Amino acid sequence: MTTATDVIRPGGGPSATGHAEEKDYLNVDNSIMSWLFTLDHKRIGLMYLASVLFFFFFGGILALLIRTELFTPGADFLTYFVSGKNAAELKLAAADLYNQLFTLHGAIMIFLFLIPSIPATFGNFFLPLMLGAKDVAFPRLNLFSFYIYVLGAFFFLYTLASGGLDTGWTFYTPYSTSTNTAVIASTFGAFILGFSSILTGVNFVVTVHKMRAPRMTWTRIPLFLWALYSTSLIQILATPVLAITLLLLIFERALGIGIFDPAMGGDPVLYQHFFWFYSHPAVYIMILPAFGVISETISVHSRKHIFGYGFIAASSVSIALIGFLVWGHHMFVSGQSPLASLLFSMITFAVAVPTAIKVFSWVATLYKGSIVFNAPMLNALSFIFLFTIGGLTGLFLATLATDVHLHDTYFVVAHFHYVMVGGTLVAFLAAIHHWWAKMFGRHYNEWCGRISAIFVFIGFNLTFFSQFVMGSQGMPRRYFTYDQVSPELLSIYTRMHQISTVGSMILGLALTFTLFYLAHSLFFGKKVHNDSDLRWTGESMEWKTATPPSPHNFHEQPIAYNSPYDFKEIDHSLGGGH
Amino acid sequence: MSQVADHAHAEHPPHLHHHFHSSAQQAASAKLGMWVFIAQEILFFSGLFMAYIALRYLYPKTFLAAHEHLDVSMGALNTVFLITSSLTMALAVRAAQTSNKKWAEINLLLTIGFALAFCVVKYFEYSHKFHLGIFPGKYYAYTHIPGNPEVFFGLYFVMTGMHALHVIVGIGLLLWIYLKTRTGAFSAAYYSPVENVGLYWHLVDLIWIFLFPLLYLVK
Ligand code: HEM
Ligand SMILES: [Cu+2]
Repeated sequence: MTTATDVIRPGGGPSATGHAEEKDYLNVDNSIMSWLFTLDHKRIGLMYLASVLFFFFFGGILALLIRTELFTPGADFLTYFVSGKNAAELKLAAADLYNQLFTLHGAIMIFLFLIPSIPATFGNFFLPLMLGAKDVAFPRLNLFSFYIYVLGAFFFLYTLASGGLDTGWTFYTPYSTSTNTAVIASTFGAFILGFSSILTGVNFVVTVHKMRAPRMTWTRIPLFLWALYSTSLIQILATPVLAITLLLLIFERALGIGIFDPAMGGDPVLYQHFFWFYSHPAVYIMILPAFGVISETISVHSRKHIFGYGFIAASSVSIALIGFLVWGHHMFVSGQSPLASLLFSMITFAVAVPTAIKVFSWVATLYKGSIVFNAPMLNALSFIFLFTIGGLTGLFLATLATDVHLHDTYFVVAHFHYVMVGGTLVAFLAAIHHWWAKMFGRHYNEWCGRISAIFVFIGFNLTFFSQFVMGSQGMPRRYFTYDQVSPELLSIYTRMHQISTVGSMILGLALTFTLFYLAHSLFFGKKVHNDSDLRWTGESMEWKTATPPSPHNFHEQPIAYNSPYDFKEIDHSLGGGH
Repeated sequence: MSQVADHAHAEHPPHLHHHFHSSAQQAASAKLGMWVFIAQEILFFSGLFMAYIALRYLYPKTFLAAHEHLDVSMGALNTVFLITSSLTMALAVRAAQTSNKKWAEINLLLTIGFALAFCVVKYFEYSHKFHLGIFPGKYYAYTHIPGNPEVFFGLYFVMTGMHALHVIVGIGLLLWIYLKTRTGAFSAAYYSPVENVGLYWHLVDLIWIFLFPLLYLVK
């Protein structure tokens, strides 16, 4: 099939010659059009980065509004934003607003931030670079999926403008077929976003299979890419099920076809099965890329070969596969058969095994490493701590007897925030600091980075650990007020909610601070002139290109002679900071 | 990629994209991409099949009674159309691979013809149902079937409708391939678009092969 001239040309791609003044991917063309129509995976990654950050802060503001309302037991803060003739009406209107706030907060955070967060930004940027490729396999499809994302996001904003949404991010029937809020617009938005996710997954799988540098065997692929590869498999195999579920829900609402709505002869538990068949694997779409980031940062910043490379890689794939078989743990109290619950509970415990293997491997990597406490490392350590709590509390929920008590309480809320914020968001922060200088050719301020990592950690734990406590005392989730309980409970709930609200303000400030010093560094940060200016480098291929990378990534086709974690030695010369 | 000044690539055939090393790599990538996309499509339809299983299990008698009102001969005719179109599609791919342009064009036209014939039959089936008052969901107005036949027909319309949508997309893709074939874009050296549209078309055919017995031949 391949002719002699067709094979890989060692010693330089086409762009090795003919460039007098080297341009990087950022300054190669500054026009708006060159960004909007770019096929460069790096620029597409940055456009995603800007979009997901926008929605993250938007969703974050909604969260702070929720937390402010919950600071006191009764209805107060939100009543200032609604109108009503008397106190009772005011309270009802405020309760409706509350329902919309937590729904939009959840839906925006999950569909617009967490799902695309790491894969679409750092994945897009670094997957080809780490493979030693010039681009992803289908650059046009890549740009197309970005625009699908934008279109889906518009539907969400439209939902907001046209009466909001109050079903919770789960869109459970029959409420979602009877509420008078904009269910169709928002589910259609999520449907569209799903295709963006699927197409990105297709692109990544093909790229990993077909575009690896010469001699990059499957055991020389950086672990971040194993994580992205496993994530892509889930995106491809689970997301279409969400697509059809949401489509059926739209038909149900518009035409009443009677699949999910009991009034029409349908089965509402069927909806839950469909929804969680996607949405449990989707939690791994959110966390697996984070695992990948942690494997990279832990290894680079302790200058040590990753411990248990094969186990970490295999555990990513096995989490992705077993993750398809546990969705019923969200439905223990839905009336599914006890046998089903039993099996789902057992398989859920099984998922915890590969997850634990990862955590142990990271800790073992740290052992006797040359650890540098810079911002990416602090975030990575914070991740290990927080994710472990999140994962272990998942086991309480996976246990049938305890879940009957804990289901739909703040314990669940705390659990998933520990894995999604303490896990994915903190890993996102680790990634952004780890690769910032490589991506933009400028340094952020290391001390600002450290301070932010510490305050995120403190604010986060205040916000969510208190929720474990009140959840285990029975505080239900999605409640607008909590003043109708016994005096003892009232005092516990109030104290915990107040700690949580104060913590959320600290977290919000720390994240805003992060945004500011990062944005500041884009314009005023210390410039990276050549690789020796970088505060750290790794052995994987994204460190082997110029800073910032050239439009074509590599002048010479890099060749994978050894593992991406073969650091020359444990390097003690690498101090963090300035 | 477009921002970079074009270099002269004597060894680059026109269809080869800049970021691939070789035509073989590009073709293999496109093909794998299509297979992965097909996996996605199968999971999409599997949702419908699962809904079918659940509801048929809930309402076995209704499904039996309601399916009598579907026209088996029309469904069978459509099955023949699609299977034949899969054959002509395969012949078209083969013709493209062997640089037999004329034969590829003929077969692509035949495939498009069968696909259109499928749509015409479907149109008559749907309009007959609407005529009787068999509409999807709450608009259902045909009272001669016992049980809750609107559930069966709701599924029928969604399943066949989603499939028909795929047929229509397929017709668009086939037309595009046909027009490109006429300009002589494909040859033994480069035919992966033909091949991949072919894969997609076989999938559309395959899904119908499952839909037909499940909906028309319940007994
Ligand atoms: C060892 C790993 C994990 C186990 C054993 C586990 C177990 C569970 C269980 C049993 C529930 C249902 C609780 C209930 O509703 O009563 C649950 C809820 C949830 N989990 Fe996990 N989980 C794990 C990891 C994760 C990860 C990594 C994420 C996300 C990144 C996640 C996100 C969620 C979310 C979002 C919910 C609540 C969904 C909702 O009802 O809105 N979990 N988890
Ligand atoms: Cu789950």
